[in-house]
Amino acid sequence: MSTKSNIKPIIEIKDLNKSFGNNHVLVGFHLYLNEGENLVVMGKSGSGKSVMIKCLIGLEQPDSGEIVIMDKNMNDINSEDLDEIRTEVGFLFQGSALYDSMSVRENLEFPLRRHTKKFGVIEDTTPLVMEALDSVGLGNTIDLMPNELSGGMKRRIALARTLILKPKIILYDEPTTGLDPITSKEIIMLMKSVQEKYKTSSIIITHDIDCARVIANRMILLIDGVNYAEGTFNELAASKDPKIEAFFK
Amino acid sequence: MKVPFSLPPSLQPFFIEVGELSYFSGRFFKEAFKPPFEFKEFLRQCYYMGNRSLLLVGVTGFIIGLVFTLQSRPTLEEFGAASWIPSMVSVSIIREIGPIITALICAGRIGSGIGAELGSMRVTEQIDAMEVSGTNPFKYLVVTRVLATTLMLPLLVFFGDVIGIYGSYLVESMKAHVSLVLYTNQVINILEFSDVIPSTIKSFFFGFAIGIVGCFKGYYCKKGTAGVGKAANSAVVYTSMLLFIIDFVAVFVTNIFYDL
Repeated sequence: MSTKSNIKPIIEIKDLNKSFGNNHVLVGFHLYLNEGENLVVMGKSGSGKSVMIKCLIGLEQPDSGEIVIMDKNMNDINSEDLDEIRTEVGFLFQGSALYDSMSVRENLEFPLRRHTKKFGVIEDTTPLVMEALDSVGLGNTIDLMPNELSGGMKRRIALARTLILKPKIILYDEPTTGLDPITSKEIIMLMKSVQEKYKTSSIIITHDIDCARVIANRMILLIDGVNYAEGTFNELAASKDPKIEAFFK
Repeated sequence: MKVPFSLPPSLQPFFIEVGELSYFSGRFFKEAFKPPFEFKEFLRQCYYMGNRSLLLVGVTGFIIGLVFTLQSRPTLEEFGAASWIPSMVSVSIIREIGPIITALICAGRIGSGIGAELGSMRVTEQIDAMEVSGTNPFKYLVVTRVLATTLMLPLLVFFGDVIGIYGSYLVESMKAHVSLVLYTNQVINILEFSDVIPSTIKSFFFGFAIGIVGCFKGYYCKKGTAGVGKAANSAVVYTSMLLFIIDFVAVFVTNIFYDL
């Protein structure tokens, strides 16, 4: 199975613990993500995948453990530093989470408003909005409202909203859940092309084996809150462990 | 949040909720005066809340003024005091009926709307999406809405009061052939600053209560569509209760000033 390289990881999680009451969701979980890498985290529903990714971006507070993103320890940063990190880390939500009272253009403009430090004062956001929309192939939807879009289009627009901040890392929370197989395939290919175009590193939470096969450079299987297994897709697919086999059947 | 002393178990959730609401209000004051300010969203909310409630407040105010006058006229006529109707109606509407009725309408119209809107945004992870994009959702969603309700409610109360008094005038004009000028003069002559100022101040507090409770219920909405409905419903129930408490305190404080 694969081991940690000598290159300094862009994200590192050490001994992460998170419980909700008596439900211990993450127990000493650890992870690293190298620059330019696509890391897939797989696990059953309720295994703590989404909680882990939310701890990573500061939406959930872990009970204990250490999260380091681009050399910044999340335990030691203030809210301004956290906002700065968040411009470098995009998050694609499972349900797209488009602002339903805003048009596609406003959805994409919204994240730009408070990041003058990174982008300066932007007089005309249209070129940036169009660039992000074109990169997901939906340049013609700029004036539509979210309720006029299909599930697949919403997912693409959400990805465009993530891309507009030009992040170095993208976290995908079950990007193909709820989509038909053809749209799922389109989203997977889009994720791949985004990674090539923007040179991003990604953590992908999924239980879609096709998604993992196409996109993963490395995989972690999260079972009962711990890293049960880690390796490339082929390494894990060849495993004879019944718990690992269950994911690949 | 843990309660540091022993309370009957049935009362604990209530006090925990009061504590959380107080903390939420404290955070509002902290965020409200700290830049950056969301002026555009604040103005949008003012327009949305004011404009969308205008008709309802107007119709209700008109009917209250009309019915109030129709109901009290026969009794006052018996005592030969029908000429006191403009004074009595205007003082009652300005001091008490106008602010509390308008606030209750807005609690149902605006408070539940805020609770449902923020609740559904929470459930569909839109608030989380704002947070991860580096925008402070509390400032954008809560501060703007609470400031808008606080500012718009006194204006709506004023509007409702004027329409209510006009409704009363229509009855008087039909029953006693009183002219608009005479009626208006009687209203203006009886009203004092001590009638208008406390009710205006009270209206600001009513507006604040509607905004903060609606936002609190929506912002911390539990997962699921049932949670959204519950947030909207409990926003109205809690706000209505709070409005009567504020009203009682306001009358109590006003009376202390009258006695000085």
